[in-house]
Amino acid sequence: MEEFETPKPPHTNYINAEYGLKSWLLTRDHKRIALLYLGAISFYFFIGSLYAMAIRLELLTPQADLVQSSTYNKMFTQHGIIMVFFFLIPAIPATLGNFLVPMMIGAKDLAFPRINLLSWYIYMVGGLITIYALLAGGVDTGWTFYVPYSTTFSNSYVIATGVGIFISGFSSILTGLNFIVTIHTMRAPGMTWFRLPLFIWAHYATSLIMILGTPVVAVTILLVALERLAHIGIFDPAAGGDPILFQHLFWFYSHPAVYIMVLPAMGVVSELIANFSRKNIFGYKFIAFSSLAIAVFGFLVWGHHLFVSGQSVYAGMIFSFLSFAVAIPSAIKVFNWTATLYKGSISYDTPMLYALGFIGLFTIGGMTGLFLASLATDVHLSDTYFIVAHFHYIMVGGTLLAYLGGLHYWWPKISGRMYPEGWGRFSALVVFVGFNLTFSPQFVLGYMGMPRRYHTYPADMVSWQVLHVLSTAGASILGVGLLIPLCYLVWSMRYGPIAAANPWNLPGLEWQTASPPPTENFLTTPVVTTEAYQFAAPEHKEVVGKFERQKPAGT
Amino acid sequence: MICLEAGYRPPLNRKRTTLTEGLTHEPTTHRALQHHFENMEQQREAGTLGMWVFLVTELMFFGGLFLAYTIYRYQYPAAFATASNHLDIRLGGVNTVVLIVSSFTMAMAVFSTQLGRRRNSVIYLLLTIVLGMTFLGIKAVEYHDKYVDSLIPGQLIPGRPFNPAVAKPGDTDPHKLHLVEGANVRNVELFYWIYFAMTGLHALHMIIGIGLLIVLTIMAGRGRFGPEYHAPVEISGLYWHFVDIIWIFLFPLLYLLGRHLEGHLG
Ligand code: HEM
Ligand SMILES: [Cu+2]
Repeated sequence: MEEFETPKPPHTNYINAEYGLKSWLLTRDHKRIALLYLGAISFYFFIGSLYAMAIRLELLTPQADLVQSSTYNKMFTQHGIIMVFFFLIPAIPATLGNFLVPMMIGAKDLAFPRINLLSWYIYMVGGLITIYALLAGGVDTGWTFYVPYSTTFSNSYVIATGVGIFISGFSSILTGLNFIVTIHTMRAPGMTWFRLPLFIWAHYATSLIMILGTPVVAVTILLVALERLAHIGIFDPAAGGDPILFQHLFWFYSHPAVYIMVLPAMGVVSELIANFSRKNIFGYKFIAFSSLAIAVFGFLVWGHHLFVSGQSVYAGMIFSFLSFAVAIPSAIKVFNWTATLYKGSISYDTPMLYALGFIGLFTIGGMTGLFLASLATDVHLSDTYFIVAHFHYIMVGGTLLAYLGGLHYWWPKISGRMYPEGWGRFSALVVFVGFNLTFSPQFVLGYMGMPRRYHTYPADMVSWQVLHVLSTAGASILGVGLLIPLCYLVWSMRYGPIAAANPWNLPGLEWQTASPPPTENFLTTPVVTTEAYQFAAPEHKEVVGKFERQKPAGT
Repeated sequence: MICLEAGYRPPLNRKRTTLTEGLTHEPTTHRALQHHFENMEQQREAGTLGMWVFLVTELMFFGGLFLAYTIYRYQYPAAFATASNHLDIRLGGVNTVVLIVSSFTMAMAVFSTQLGRRRNSVIYLLLTIVLGMTFLGIKAVEYHDKYVDSLIPGQLIPGRPFNPAVAKPGDTDPHKLHLVEGANVRNVELFYWIYFAMTGLHALHMIIGIGLLIVLTIMAGRGRFGPEYHAPVEISGLYWHFVDIIWIFLFPLLYLLGRHLEGHLG
């Protein structure tokens, strides 16, 4: 890779190029928009976490002490809605993706900067409408909005929440659209498809799901809202409609949506593992294509959410088989990451700690998905805490950890300052411990039969209460582990040591420009001459069997 | 500028510049070039691809409704035949023609813009707008007929719940529902629900399209477009054709279905 001119600090960069609120609210710079998203997403995450704390507190004891059933229903619903639609789905793409997709491919901006800004406004309007619904009285349908409860029986603010989610869906469609077009048309000279960092491949695959899946859930939620208004609709059995059709349409999006949440995280982890092992990633093409495979196969397995909904057994068998098949590309990634670690020169900086945590927790989450994808076991485990643990291992243990890892890794580029490494490592460990303590007891609880979405359980089940207490204790630790980074990242924006252009000493394009980058990212359009993750010149490599590797130091 | 020369034709299958080569030469500095693009060609390519991606999204958006249609049409053929027969096939047919012609005028607008014939492109854009509005007008008449016959499903319209008059054998009043044998009125309501959802969504797209065309007409009138810069017209053209194609599917599925089904149901 060629050397690029990097301006010396203090230089004009995207942060100090313009001042004032207006310059932020009307910006079209993808990096500033990423920061707008970062702020908003942190806000929603905070609100979602408050609900989580309340839920965990309520479950400390078998009886209802804090809230009544109806309030509890609203708490878990609102927790789910905020975390899924307003945190997990936009988290990595809209912040890290927005910031890095143009930088990693050597472009000046996303293809449609105005649409990018629009997507943030859409997200905010959708989010604020949802918050309004929560304040006005809340929703109690579960984040899954199953009919006929949501259309006919629930007395809560389903329409307003639905409208909020419907609107915010367009922000994710527009982000996906922007990424796809940018990756196709704006790569720097020499940046061929197979030189793209894996982060880009992951975001490309994610964007495909966003543009193909999101409109389906949008129209589904619209139909639910209309059905509430009209007192009749296509899901209403009174008119001959089929409530199961709702579940099909909902999961047709919402299963792929779990990959919207995890694919970008996998992209982040691919970067972290390769860069902190200082080694070319093992099986680049396998990782790249497995992202696409996940995006495609992810659309074929939604029926595993309907195993106990009265779906035909034959459909169940096919969906079960396909669900096993979709685990293969995920496993390919895990194997490739591990193989990359092998004989790498690994450094255990904060981002790497998060990445290693991701690999372990994602593996557990994915494997337990296979338990659920087996028809017979699912009958027992469906709608229990086992499911709650399954998806939290992936969504929190996977996506949230990767998000934090990525945030730390690119923080010097984003803010121009270093975060305190010691605190970083410490909080990464706290998060890991707290997370496992929170969710591993839930696997056991679910296996023993504790149903999800209940706020009381039999008082004589001492073992259940013990597990719930452990889980709540873990959640408190996890909460502390998340507050620490919040504090020191904010602190570092002002007081952290100034970051060099390339503090980790890495070959990626985003590191070849100043920290923070200038508004147009690069002073001159970069020309790419090598593949991603090239740490050693070819003469330092040796061929072992069929594989190429970097020579061990000192040879 | 060459754009004013009569008879200038944009090279139709111009070699597509690949990214690596396109960036270094032809430093076009058209005033519509946005700062983050290297040249007009790249900007146009991005815009066009963006619209195609958006249309894929739109397809999925309508897809959920098409799926619902397919399932219930299969489950309740008699009710669907009844309801479909009650739609006004003449108005629907006229509207189909109107839209096809509007697709033609839109294509002509794109063509004239590419040639830099400003006056023609304004005229064709205006014609397209007029045709689009005609479509919406006719649609409004149809909606009103349904309102009069109390065919709007559920209680969407307060005070006018779904409550159609059912014709007795021998009664030929066109305002009454002529139930095909085996049809259930509640399932007819389901058909109308889908009918209003699909045509309503389609009409919404038409309204957005007309809005786009109005902006384009103003821009074209001010001479913003020419042979080097006509991407907005082309891209909006894609959108317009897409909305027309959706209708081309809706028309037989909703209006002609009854005749087809009745043949099968005997
Ligand atoms: C990769 C990221 C994944 C995420 C983010 C994820 C997330 C989720 C979520 C949120 C649910 C619960 C939905 C609900 O009822 O509220 C769920 C359930 C389920 N997951 Fe996953 N999952 C992932 C991977 C997998 C994999 C790889 C499999 C199987 C191969 C799988 C199989 C299942 C099954 C079968 C259920 C339904 C269980 C039931 O309702 O009985 N998941 N998952
Ligand atoms: Cu799933």
